[in-house]
Amino acid sequence: MTPGLEHYLVVSALLFCLGLTGVLLRRNLLVIYMSLELMLNAANLALVAASRFTGKLDGQVMVFFVVTVAAAEVAVGLALIVALYRRRATAHVEDLTTLKL
Amino acid sequence: MNPYLPWLVLLAPAVAAVAITLTALRRPATAARWSIGAILVALAASLWLFRHGAGGQTAWVWLDLPGLRVDFGLRVDPLSQLMLVVVTGVAGAIHLYSWGYLRGDPGLPRYYAGLSLFSFAMLGIVLATNLVELFVFWELVGVSSYLLIGFWYERPAAADAAKKAFLTNRVGDFGFLLGIVLVWSVLGTPDLAELEAKLAAAPPAWGAVATAAGLLLFCGAVGKSAQFPLHVWLPDAMEGPTPVSALIHAATMVAAGVYLLCRVFFLLNAPALAVIAWTGGLTALLAALLALQQNDIKRILAYSTLSQLGYMVLAVGLSGAGGNPAPAMYHLTTHAFFKALLFLGAGAVIHALHHEQDIWKMGGLRRKLPVTFWTFLAGTLALCGVPPFSGFFSKDAILALAWERQQYALFALGTGVAALTAFYMFRLVFVAFTGPAKSQAPDHAHEAPPVMTVPLLALTVPTVLAGFWGVDRWYARQYGVASGPAHGWGAQLLEPFAHAPVAAWGGLLAAGIGLVAAWKLYGRALSDPLPARLGAPARWLRDRLYFDELYAALIAATQEGLARVVAGVDRWVLATGVVRGGAGLFELAGRILRHVHTGNLQTYALLLAAGAVVVLWWTLNR
Repeated sequence: MTPGLEHYLVVSALLFCLGLTGVLLRRNLLVIYMSLELMLNAANLALVAASRFTGKLDGQVMVFFVVTVAAAEVAVGLALIVALYRRRATAHVEDLTTLKL
Repeated sequence: MNPYLPWLVLLAPAVAAVAITLTALRRPATAARWSIGAILVALAASLWLFRHGAGGQTAWVWLDLPGLRVDFGLRVDPLSQLMLVVVTGVAGAIHLYSWGYLRGDPGLPRYYAGLSLFSFAMLGIVLATNLVELFVFWELVGVSSYLLIGFWYERPAAADAAKKAFLTNRVGDFGFLLGIVLVWSVLGTPDLAELEAKLAAAPPAWGAVATAAGLLLFCGAVGKSAQFPLHVWLPDAMEGPTPVSALIHAATMVAAGVYLLCRVFFLLNAPALAVIAWTGGLTALLAALLALQQNDIKRILAYSTLSQLGYMVLAVGLSGAGGNPAPAMYHLTTHAFFKALLFLGAGAVIHALHHEQDIWKMGGLRRKLPVTFWTFLAGTLALCGVPPFSGFFSKDAILALAWERQQYALFALGTGVAALTAFYMFRLVFVAFTGPAKSQAPDHAHEAPPVMTVPLLALTVPTVLAGFWGVDRWYARQYGVASGPAHGWGAQLLEPFAHAPVAAWGGLLAAGIGLVAAWKLYGRALSDPLPARLGAPARWLRDRLYFDELYAALIAATQEGLARVVAGVDRWVLATGVVRGGAGLFELAGRILRHVHTGNLQTYALLLAAGAVVVLWWTLNR
C-alpha cells in the first residue's frame, strides 16, 4: 500500500496536537519552544504533502517562507530566553507573571 | 438743516468720554474740562438746531440683511429738537455743579467719563431714527446709570443699588426687545418714519397684535421710567452721588421711558393706552403715599420723581389713540428743570452738612443757605403746581386732559396726588429749611461755592418761566396739531383758568390743602407727629409697603425654588446617575474581566487555541 494524502495529513495533525499539548502543559520555556517548532513543522508537513499530491508548487513555496521565519524566530526567541534566564535565574512560565496586576 | 450738526451734538460727549478714559484718568481738572466742554458744545449745537433746524433725518446704513435694514441715523423733529435742549441744558448745569460737589474725590475722572457716556447715550435715544438704534442707546443708558449709581462702589449699599437698578431695568428691557421684534415681524421694518408712513397708508396692516406690541413697548418704559411694578430700583438708586441723581434719576434717564412712549405713540392703540393710563395713575398715587413717611431728603425727592413720572405716563395714556400726547412731554420738560433744581439743592444741603441726609437732623437752613433755600423753594412751588411756576401749567395740562376725556376717576386721582405732593414737599421744606434746628449739624453749615450755586440759579430760570414759553404748543407740532397763536404773558397765566376751570382750580385747591396741612403738622415740629397719629399705616408707608420684601420673597420662592430643582437634577440625575453610574458600570466590568488575566502564559495560549478552534469550527460549519 502506498501512503496517500490522508496518511500525511493524519501524521501532520497528530504532530500538531502533540506540539500544542507540549505548549500548553510543559513548564520549561525551552521545551515550550521546541513544541512550538513541532507545531510549525506539522504545518510544513501538511503543506508539502498537499503540494506533492496536487502537483502544484504553492505549498512548497509557502514552506520555504515558514522555514525562514522559523529560523529567524529561533534566533530571536532563544536569545530572549537566554536573556530572561540570566536576569531571573529561571525559565519556568509560572515565575513569569509580572504582567499580572 | 446742516446735516453735521446733529452728529456734533451726539458725538461731542462720546469723544469726551473716550478722551477721559484714554488720557485723563489721573487728572481730574483735565477730565472735567473735557466733559464740561463737550456738553457745552452739545448745548450750543442743540440750541442752534432748535432755532434753525427745520427737521430732517441723516442716516447711514448700519445693517443690511434680507428683510431687515437698520440705519444708524439721527432724526431732528420738534420732539427731538426741544428734548435735545432740555437734556443738554440740564446736563450742562449738572456737569458744572459736579465740579464743586465732588471736588477732591479720587474717582472724579471716572465720574466725568461716566457722565459723558451717559450724555452720549441719552442724546442717542433722543435722536434715534429706528427702534433697534434706540434700543442700543437705551441699553447704553442702563450701563452708564449702573456705573454712576455704583460710583462709590466700595460702599455695599451703592454696589447693591447699582445691581438692583440694572437688573430691574433688564426685566423691562426684555419686554421692550420682544416688542421691537414683534413690530418688525408684523410690519417689516424697525424704522420709525417708515412705520408711521406704513400705518398711515394701511391701518389694518397692524391688526390684532397692536395691543400686544404696544404693551411690550410699554414694558421698556415701565423699567426705565420706574413705573409700578418695577418702581423699586429708583429710590435705591439715590445711593449714587447727588448730581447723578439729579441728572439720571430725575431729569433725563427716567424721562426716557416717557419719551419712548411719545416717540412710538402712533403704534399705541386704545386698549394699550388704557393700561398705560392706569399704570401711570397708580404709580403716581403709590409713590406720593410712600413719599409721606420718608426721612431721607433724597428719597423724598426720588418718590416725588416716581410720582411725577406717573403723571407723565398717565398723560400719555389719556391722550387717546391718534391724539396728542404733548401734555406728557410738557410735564417732562418742566419736571426736568425743576426736579434737577431740587436735587441739586438737596445736594447743596447734603454738601453743607457733610453728608447728612436725614431731614430730622436739619432745620433752620433758610438763614444758613439762602441761595439754596430760595431756589429750592422755587423748585418746590413748581413741583406743587403753584402759578406762575412752570409746574402749574404742565400739571394743569394733564388734569385738564383727564377732565376733557371724562376720565373722572383718573382726574380725582391726579388731583389727590397733587395734594399729597404739596404735603410731602412742604413737609420737607418746613422741616429742613424753616423750622427749628434739630441737631448741631446746621450750625456749621455754609453756603456752597459759586460753581454749585450758579447752576442752581440757572435752573431756576426755566423752573419759573418755562410755563410761558408755549412748550406744549411746540410739542403739539410733532403730532400734527395746529398750534394756536402765542399768548401774551398775562393771557398765558390766565389761560388754564379759562380753558379748563375745574382742572385749574381743582389743582390749585389741592396744592393749597397740602400746603396748609403740612404747615399744621410740620411748621414747628421737632419730630414727625404722623407715626403717633396714624400708627401702623405710617410704619407701612415708611417701610415702602414692603415691596422689596415681597419681591425678595417672590424671588426666593420662584427663582431659588427653580434653582433648587435644577441643582437636584444636576446632583442626583446627572452627577450620580449618568456620570457615576457610567463610571461604575465600566469599573464593575473591569473587576469581573480582570480575573481572566492570570498572568500565566499557558492560560493565554490555551485561550488562543480554544479561540482558534471556535473560529475554525464556526467557519467550517457554515
